[in-house]
Amino acid sequence: MAETDLSSTTVFEERMQRRPLVLNNRSMSWISDLIAGIPEAKTPLWWWITTGITASIAGFGVFCILYLLFTGVGVWGNNIPVAWAWGITNFVFWIGIGHAGTLISAILFLTRQKWRTSINRASEAMTLFAVICAGIFPAIHVGRIWMAWFLAPVPNPNWIWPNFRSPLLWDVFAVSTYFTVSVLFWFLGLVPDLATMRDRAKSTAARYIYGVLALGWRGGNRQWLHYELAYLVLAGISTPLVLSVHSTVSFDFATSILPGWHTTIFPPYFVAGAIFGGFAMVLTLMIPSRSIFKLHDVFTMDHIDVMCKILLLTGSIVGYAYSMEFFVAYYGANPFERFAFINRYFGPYWWASWTMFTCNVIIPQLMWVRAFRRNLCVVFFVAMCANAGMWFERFVIFVISLHRDFLPSSWRMFYPTWVDVFTFAGTFGIFLTLFLLFVRFLPMVAMSEVKGVLPEADPHFPGASSNEGLVQEGIATHEPA
Amino acid sequence: MSPPERRRPFGIIAEFPSVSALYRAAEEVRDQGFKFWDVHSPFPIHGMNKAMGLGRSALGYIIFVGGLTGFLTAILLEYIPSSFLYPLIVHGKPVNFFTVPPFFPIMFELTILFSAFTAFFGVFVMNRLPRFHHPLFNHEPFRRVTNDAFFIVIDSTDPRFQKLTPRTCWRKPEAGK
Repeated sequence: MAETDLSSTTVFEERMQRRPLVLNNRSMSWISDLIAGIPEAKTPLWWWITTGITASIAGFGVFCILYLLFTGVGVWGNNIPVAWAWGITNFVFWIGIGHAGTLISAILFLTRQKWRTSINRASEAMTLFAVICAGIFPAIHVGRIWMAWFLAPVPNPNWIWPNFRSPLLWDVFAVSTYFTVSVLFWFLGLVPDLATMRDRAKSTAARYIYGVLALGWRGGNRQWLHYELAYLVLAGISTPLVLSVHSTVSFDFATSILPGWHTTIFPPYFVAGAIFGGFAMVLTLMIPSRSIFKLHDVFTMDHIDVMCKILLLTGSIVGYAYSMEFFVAYYGANPFERFAFINRYFGPYWWASWTMFTCNVIIPQLMWVRAFRRNLCVVFFVAMCANAGMWFERFVIFVISLHRDFLPSSWRMFYPTWVDVFTFAGTFGIFLTLFLLFVRFLPMVAMSEVKGVLPEADPHFPGASSNEGLVQEGIATHEPA
Repeated sequence: MSPPERRRPFGIIAEFPSVSALYRAAEEVRDQGFKFWDVHSPFPIHGMNKAMGLGRSALGYIIFVGGLTGFLTAILLEYIPSSFLYPLIVHGKPVNFFTVPPFFPIMFELTILFSAFTAFFGVFVMNRLPRFHHPLFNHEPFRRVTNDAFFIVIDSTDPRFQKLTPRTCWRKPEAGK
């Protein structure tokens, strides 16, 4: 008995030991060479091919948008009663994707999850590009694009001000603040790495461009002092911000009286779904990047493992929300509410709801198994299902709730047109093109942060005690040598 | 390019092999009472502020003021039009100052927005950046500071600078010598 206890304790301790965040005892210069080497290398052929494809899709998306603007929203499939269809579905889908980036950069920073350093840069970039894609839809769905400025908090020509108590105006503020703060946070994190790019640059043009972007960063501790505080504060304010953004998006629906929308569970449910969908998108982008750029030692299987656990957790929260909505519809005894939910799962759009439920709730349960969390094919499959499932979730909420309203004579099915489809595909083109440009020109892993979590970055690291003394000493002069 | 005798010294710069060596040297420089000096590293080092004898950054207070400005901006932006310029009666609800909840989201967002701008620009103002030319950039080994090298720089404006002899400021004088 005692022996079994002992051996199980040893296994337990082995399992519970803190795993290294960077494998194979890589040095700091190795990290710089690996990460900075990606933009420094000659542009690979696959990059031209992939970017050519994604940019063509983006270009066709832009054509669809122009066609919409010059013709009118009639080219989309929405009509009364489904006045909000793919446009708003895509908006909420993309804005949700962004949330994972901010969660990784802000919330995991505050909770001292050091593994975030390997993925925070790429996830934050993903956030920005997703919010750009999201921002397209509110602007173009208004029909009269020249009146999109009515969204701004200024009086219109009749001196009528917007209603500051409307969730739609809250949304304008929330999304624009979110984008701005994400850009600032991302760029602040990028500055030390841009300085690395500047100091390594071979060509004058690269040194000049990265030098200007790095703003003359010198890595002095008196600089890091303010930098770290600002980073902490930005993480601290981004945390409530990211929770508020999708809550505010959900208010657009929750404050209405439509059955299926009018629920108090919406804000937390939307936020959990956003993080779920966002982590799926991070995995979708990072698993191929990891193989292409040989990031295996920096972005390890342990990273993928914990991300899968977050996927499992948030997927289950979403599953709880779906079930609770259904239960409350039954328990609330409101016939309209009951009808909306029976119609959701058993009406003409049953396939959308069951796709949503399968992809978001059932398939992520695979992640309970450690072997699946460490199998890239399974992880990628689950992530792709989650991407699809989260789009269907928004489709289910918006379109199914609208298509059978209070008056049966106005019930109508929604069918997307080719413009709907290609506009949505076009945003994927825009998103992927921007991401490809990002990996081509900027360091996709936060080098300074990854170096900071290496064991030798600790001033009390025992292995370095023999490393006494001085490497070299000299006089720096005002005039160049 | 200027001849060596014409170059004015900016400071003494020393490179250290590891974070722990840098940390100990920083403590020593601090204890010897230098004022104008800095430690340069590729990443922020935990505890270095203490080793250098630096206090907390004052940036936090500035950001608070920035956030407060955003909050007040939102109050004015919302209540002046909604209560005075164009009171919009929706659902028959009052539009006065005491109906805070529906006005709250925008106050929250603008507080965040202004704090973020203050934090972002605050870092660069406090650090006197952007500054594209700096004497340290003339020092060839310093280019590795953003890669894997660790430096201490003692500024020539430091009152103790003239008394410096090489290799004394980085560690305690050994006993018996």
